[in-house]
Amino acid sequence: MAKVLVVTSGKGGVGKTTSTAALGAALAQGGENVVVVDFDVGLRNLDLVMGAERRVVFDLINVVQGDAKLNQALIRDKRIETLSLLPASQTRDKDALTEAGVERVIAELKEKFDWVICDSPAGIERGALLAMRHADVAIVVTNPEVSSVRDSDRIIGMLDSKTLKAEKGERMEKHLLLTRYDAGRAARNEMLKTEDILEILSIPLLGIIPESEEVLRASNIGSPVTLNNPTSAPSRAYFDAVKRLKGEMVDVVVPMERKGFISRLFGRRVA
Amino acid sequence: MALVLSPEPPLADWLVALDAQIYRSPTFFDARPVVVDLGSLSREQQGVGEFLGMLEQRGIRIIGTEGAHPSWEGVEAWGRPLPGAGKPGKPIEVPSAAPAPAQPVAQPAVEPPAAEAASAEPAALVIDHPIRSGQSIIFERGDVTILGSVASGAEVIAGGSVHIYGALRGRAIAGLLGNAKARVFCRKLQAELVAIDGVYQTADDMPSNLIGQAVQAWLDGEQMKFTALD
Repeated sequence: MAKVLVVTSGKGGVGKTTSTAALGAALAQGGENVVVVDFDVGLRNLDLVMGAERRVVFDLINVVQGDAKLNQALIRDKRIETLSLLPASQTRDKDALTEAGVERVIAELKEKFDWVICDSPAGIERGALLAMRHADVAIVVTNPEVSSVRDSDRIIGMLDSKTLKAEKGERMEKHLLLTRYDAGRAARNEMLKTEDILEILSIPLLGIIPESEEVLRASNIGSPVTLNNPTSAPSRAYFDAVKRLKGEMVDVVVPMERKGFISRLFGRRVA
Repeated sequence: MALVLSPEPPLADWLVALDAQIYRSPTFFDARPVVVDLGSLSREQQGVGEFLGMLEQRGIRIIGTEGAHPSWEGVEAWGRPLPGAGKPGKPIEVPSAAPAPAQPVAQPAVEPPAAEAASAEPAALVIDHPIRSGQSIIFERGDVTILGSVASGAEVIAGGSVHIYGALRGRAIAGLLGNAKARVFCRKLQAELVAIDGVYQTADDMPSNLIGQAVQAWLDGEQMKFTALD
């Protein structure tokens, strides 16, 4: 039975798209059939992070409006066979999404794939609501910072009231993914503590992704970080998160960069 | 639910007090149906019709009057007197109705049976999940109990007391319809605002030694007091 995941946050710039790509690639490398769906109509980015921007012909809006078949719009990843992308439209806006259309597309995707991962736009408006509407599981992406935590709290409230699952009286499964976690700043008490964030949001922790240049580097060359450098610290954290998503019990640790002797000597940057 | 306003003579002074209340909570009367209880005015009172007009100018949506004297002029325009006026202040159930345009006409559903049905229900609301930022719990009939925290940017509004078995980081408003005996209880005080019967305090006014503690808030006359629970 296919699972529909929504990656959401309320606030922008916290790492929804990066995490969608990284989790999707990590799941697919384990042999699962995965599709990542970009719901950020008008401000699409997932195609860039996946390195598929030059292969987009049809998009989610075309499929929702019945102008193209789902198979025409799906882009299969060149590196991992079991990973596909359904891109958003860049020229339209979120009003072009219809509830019935989205429902039909998600139902079709559920037949083809094991995991449907919806990359939600920021905000709490139509686009974000439609992205979460059909989800079975929500991944709430949060930075260790007060504004991000409050926005996540708001989104959790909407997950519990505005989704199909909530309206049927069922419980939406929610996980917290803490991203851009800086161990150095945490040690100096310059960030919100993980236990404080967990207490405020009171949902289970899926993983802590350390702040890393690797993430930016991977995005810039159009490759999910879990594919580009699977042994890097953020990748290991994403792989652990995927294990937890599949129900395995894995202790949450904050992976550190492995540094060689030389880089440890000279690794300190000036800035 | 309808609010009951009971103007007292002299009406001019009462209006000044009302304006002060509206100034403190500008949205208090927004989209709320109001019944005006005229029972405390003497038969000789002049200008009741104009007085009701002045209430409406302040954005108060009058759906009916209680205790109006038939000899007063201009009152019938503000809805027929409600039956059962012998019990002033009784909350009256109105159809959940979309906030209709300000039609000062008593709706047929404003009848005592609805009020009786309401009072038969237990006057308490228990919510067994945390209240998230942006959510608002409003329960005018009695106490609200929250099993969990109330997030920053969330609010709980009760006609009676508010009990929070968790951290209060947002707003708690107790005694909404004028109950000075209502209290606010929480396991961890980190509130943005606490209000009882129109008296409120923001985080800056709260005693700093009690922040983060299990606390109750109550009214001592016009003063809000905070006391540690443990």
